[in-house]
Amino acid sequence: MSTLTDAVRGTAPAPGGSIGQSVRDSLVVARRNLIRMSRIPEMVIFGLIQPIMFVVLFTYVFGGSMDIGGSTSSTDYTNFLMAGIFAQTVTFATAGAGAGIADDMHKGLIDRFRSLPMARGAVLTGRTLADLVQTALTLLVLAGVALLVGWRVGSNGDTNAFRVLGAFGLLLLLGYAFTWIGALIGLSVRTPEAATSGGLIWLFPVTFISNAFVDTSNMTPWLRHIAEWNPFSATVQACRVLFANPGQSASDAWPMEHPVWASLIYSVLIVLIFRTLAVRKYRSAAA
Amino acid sequence: MPGAIYAEGLVKTFGDVKALDGVDLDVPEGTVLGLLGPNGAGKTTTVRCLTTLLRPDRGRAEVAGLDVLKHPNEVRRSIGLSGQFAAVDEYLTGRENLQMVGQLYQMKAKPAKARAAELLDQFDLADAADRPAKTYSGGMRRRLDLAAALVVSPPVMFMDEPTTGLDPRNRQLLWDVIKRLVSGGTTLLLTTQYLEEADHLAHDIAVVDHGRVIARGTSDQLKAQTGGERVEVVVHEREHIATAREVLAGFGKGDTTVEEHTRKLTVPVTGGAKLLAEVIRELDTRGIEIDDIGLRRPTLDDVFLSLTGHVAELRSNEENGKEAAA
Repeated sequence: MSTLTDAVRGTAPAPGGSIGQSVRDSLVVARRNLIRMSRIPEMVIFGLIQPIMFVVLFTYVFGGSMDIGGSTSSTDYTNFLMAGIFAQTVTFATAGAGAGIADDMHKGLIDRFRSLPMARGAVLTGRTLADLVQTALTLLVLAGVALLVGWRVGSNGDTNAFRVLGAFGLLLLLGYAFTWIGALIGLSVRTPEAATSGGLIWLFPVTFISNAFVDTSNMTPWLRHIAEWNPFSATVQACRVLFANPGQSASDAWPMEHPVWASLIYSVLIVLIFRTLAVRKYRSAAA
Repeated sequence: MPGAIYAEGLVKTFGDVKALDGVDLDVPEGTVLGLLGPNGAGKTTTVRCLTTLLRPDRGRAEVAGLDVLKHPNEVRRSIGLSGQFAAVDEYLTGRENLQMVGQLYQMKAKPAKARAAELLDQFDLADAADRPAKTYSGGMRRRLDLAAALVVSPPVMFMDEPTTGLDPRNRQLLWDVIKRLVSGGTTLLLTTQYLEEADHLAHDIAVVDHGRVIARGTSDQLKAQTGGERVEVVVHEREHIATAREVLAGFGKGDTTVEEHTRKLTVPVTGGAKLLAEVIRELDTRGIEIDDIGLRRPTLDDVFLSLTGHVAELRSNEENGKEAAA
């Protein structure tokens, strides 16, 4: 037996678990997911159509009848709306991550990965990184559409390129954090179909009980309270502040007063909690 | 000294279901063990425990001399796993799939690429190397899956029903690959629902049922355990059954069984071909016309039936996968 063992040890690389190996393995998996996305362009396209549809529908259907800070002008509503649509769009990446991971489980790929001497967590990190790239592309296209329907940064005060980029950074971080929730859902359900619907359903209350589409000051007090402490609202508010767009909630709730910090803290907390849970689930996952 | 694959008292419970109830295995280096059992017997669960995918509740296991529970990552470097579902990414090309697996075995990009090309040639996939695996036939996917398990030429291989659902040509192709591997010194644990496959490939066979190994030995030993040869006669006319029965009783070493509707009579015998000739002469003398007659040796199917007491339910392929999730 000793000869066999020695042969294996002799050819084996340095023991795993190092940060370098984690990064390398995650990038290999991320590359795999990006190749996949490039070969299923219809998924990327559908991912784009939905937020564009939301922009157009909200702008032209609701635009004239929304009261934003005392104004019912549809231009004001568009400028108000975009932070909400951007934030909603990044969170919808969750469902894609969940469905992708559930599909990998279903097809036995997770078993293959788990039998390889690779870094723990790299399969999930690779997936979430690839989703981050897709989210960034989606945001870019969506920003173009937003400009076409009349969205302008600095419509309600001064801003600069640095602040605008910062807003997009917070959006990407929020999207990244939410893909870890999707990863956990994907590992917990039995079929990719369940992951898609399960990954979407909860996003509706999270994104609608918020300041994304309407002014929270018109909500009943208890609902308003939830909306203002909703992690999702913090990022929306932060974007409005950084974009200098109208409709920022005038509230003494801490996340509304310090939206950039709140957004950062919430997103980092979500990553830490859900990454831990998802990686633990991955290690015991059974297809 | 324990073999390249060694397990002692593996127990695994899923809720109320005892999937493994004390499995012991010992596979000497360079040999093939065929794990045979009906669906839900615990074959897949055993493989999952030995390949670090599942933690047994109790028991001990060593693979390539390494403790599976204490050093899972070291074990993963020494094993290749080919599952019952072809676990390849269908949107990646064959080449990309193998390269990815190589890199995740911690090879550098270049050697991983070279190794992928080598395997594609070896598995007769070179022409399809740059097409997404989605376009592959079932047999090609299975070959790709097996190639993925062999990227680092691991000393110990696990194959969970490698040929389930394959046509005879592809099955033969995989059998050839497996034989080559074993002649190169690889230790292999193979689960299969084809008794013929275990007969053909495995040095030793372990029959599993209800989470325990209920018999082990070479295929010949297991067949001998079930009993010797027997004569089977199919008479042409139903009214000849009674007379034929009388004739057979004179030669047989046990009770004659009769299947009325197929007009088939079976009796255990000793004496081989010589005896068979005598039986034929005697039947002829009595004027019994026969449709078919033969000397049958027990197949592994018979072994299986006599050991487990139930027919192997070999058709529903889903069950083994679900057994792990249950």
